[in-house]
Amino acid sequence: MTDLAAIAALPKPKRDFLPVLLPVILALAMLPLIGSGSSWVTLTVASFAMGMMIFIMASGLTLVFGLMDVLNFGHGAFISVGAYVATLVLLPLASWVQADSLLTNLAVLAPAAFLAMAVSGALGLVVERVLILPVYGQHLKQILMTTGGLIVAEQALYALWGPQIIPLPLPTSLRGSFIIGDIAIAKYRLLAMLVGLVVFCGIQLVLNRTKIGLLIRAGVENREMVEALGYRIRRLFLGVFMVGSGLAGLGGVMWALYREQVHASMGNDLTVLVFIVVIIGGLGSIGGCFIGALLVAMVANYGGFLVPKLALVSNILLMVAILMWRPRGLYAVTSR
Amino acid sequence: MTDLLTLAGVHTHVGRYHILQGVDFAVPEGQTTMLLGRNGAGKTSTLRTVIGLWQASAGQISLDGQRIENSATPDIARLGVGYVPESMAVFSDLSVKENLVLAARDGPLDDTRLEWIFSFFPALRRFWLSRAGSLSGGQKQMLSIARAIVEPRKLLLIDEPTKGLAPAIVVALIECLAEIKRHGATILLVEQNFHAARELGDKVLVMDNGKIVHRGEMAALAADVALQERLLGLSLEAHQ
Repeated sequence: MTDLAAIAALPKPKRDFLPVLLPVILALAMLPLIGSGSSWVTLTVASFAMGMMIFIMASGLTLVFGLMDVLNFGHGAFISVGAYVATLVLLPLASWVQADSLLTNLAVLAPAAFLAMAVSGALGLVVERVLILPVYGQHLKQILMTTGGLIVAEQALYALWGPQIIPLPLPTSLRGSFIIGDIAIAKYRLLAMLVGLVVFCGIQLVLNRTKIGLLIRAGVENREMVEALGYRIRRLFLGVFMVGSGLAGLGGVMWALYREQVHASMGNDLTVLVFIVVIIGGLGSIGGCFIGALLVAMVANYGGFLVPKLALVSNILLMVAILMWRPRGLYAVTSR
Repeated sequence: MTDLLTLAGVHTHVGRYHILQGVDFAVPEGQTTMLLGRNGAGKTSTLRTVIGLWQASAGQISLDGQRIENSATPDIARLGVGYVPESMAVFSDLSVKENLVLAARDGPLDDTRLEWIFSFFPALRRFWLSRAGSLSGGQKQMLSIARAIVEPRKLLLIDEPTKGLAPAIVVALIECLAEIKRHGATILLVEQNFHAARELGDKVLVMDNGKIVHRGEMAALAADVALQERLLGLSLEAHQ
């Protein structure tokens, strides 16, 4: 067994830092173009906050895409449902939302977010069993079924809550900004960044430090082999789908508070954005999704400030540029 | 010698293709059964059907007396079947350790067994925390086999483990498989390398066009050049 025992040193694994550096390079490159330091900080913080909210919405979709090879065009429904469900708590308890105490605000915000996640996750269970289970492995039918599901969900929201836009004011203690010299940093954006980072770290912790995480990572790469090792990957699919739907619901609440309004088509409006992030990041890659969300938000904010007319197409241009550079996204995980 | 695995009249359809066309054979416990045949004969399809990745459309498959032809892959694996696919299918984004942790589904890794595996696959110890994707082809094959034997299994299904490896690595790998065999494993081994087949096989099955066209002792086939040429299109000697 000489030849198998002869162990040549492995080539040092190449650590691919370039995608991680992209947001930093982009931010620094924008500084001279924007001119004003305070505007640059405001735009950068706004980008980070917006990116975190998009990441929360997109993280579930990228895992579902990577692990289950499911094109879920109905992902936006979970975003809308999450936002609407939150209004069930936030509107009746408006006095708590308008109270001056941060603790009182959070005491109503936290249950609203948890309820939104729970209902969106439960809806994910129903959607997976009813709409997706019959069409596993059939992309065209998946697109038709999930797009249909999105339309049905949107119309159901109209039927239940009416066609009007529902105002959803920010809790009092999250209004306004922290002022540091010339720089104003919105309080809610800081909260959005914090929540986004917690979600990112939580997902990374589960994926890298638990056996379930190992199974998800292995399943993204080769579902068949995971089954041949004796694991029922369908159950794992369902769990990931529910968690992904729940995160979309949380993202919906965050986004609705950011916009201070809820409407039935908000999920539909965000679907394209979320798909762009998932494609840019590389299907199934949480790290890629995180960077992709940041880049999309930065391009939208910097682009909107510098060349407002470009804002409409900036995300598409970004996606084209990234895919020309890396056709399978920033961090390719699957071979699909 | 009891039969651990038996296939009786097994047919498999993949899409509109009729791949296995009534496969019958038995794998005796504690022995290595070679499955030989030309490319496209149905060898890989046979292993995939046994492990349940492709559902048999007709026939019976029994493992240790239990019918499994309608069972799902995870259930078959949990009955004690280890599978080493032709593509190796190591999880390249996971470390060597993580690949083996996943394979040890019944609990934490058994240190004694791990030492036994390291004794013939020393590279796995050295690259324990390295990404499996950065291993060489031979090392990936070691990992793929180690994954199948990290816990005791009743039956090992191994698909062309020497494919694409350098000749020196092949010789070493044959020694490793022989050690696993000495440990009492029951193996159904698909192999195109006749040297490997002769070294490892107790019994031999030859497939052609989705059917078993020959079954017998490996030693008898190895000694009969005319039979080799008739069944396989070339002799063992021609392959040396």
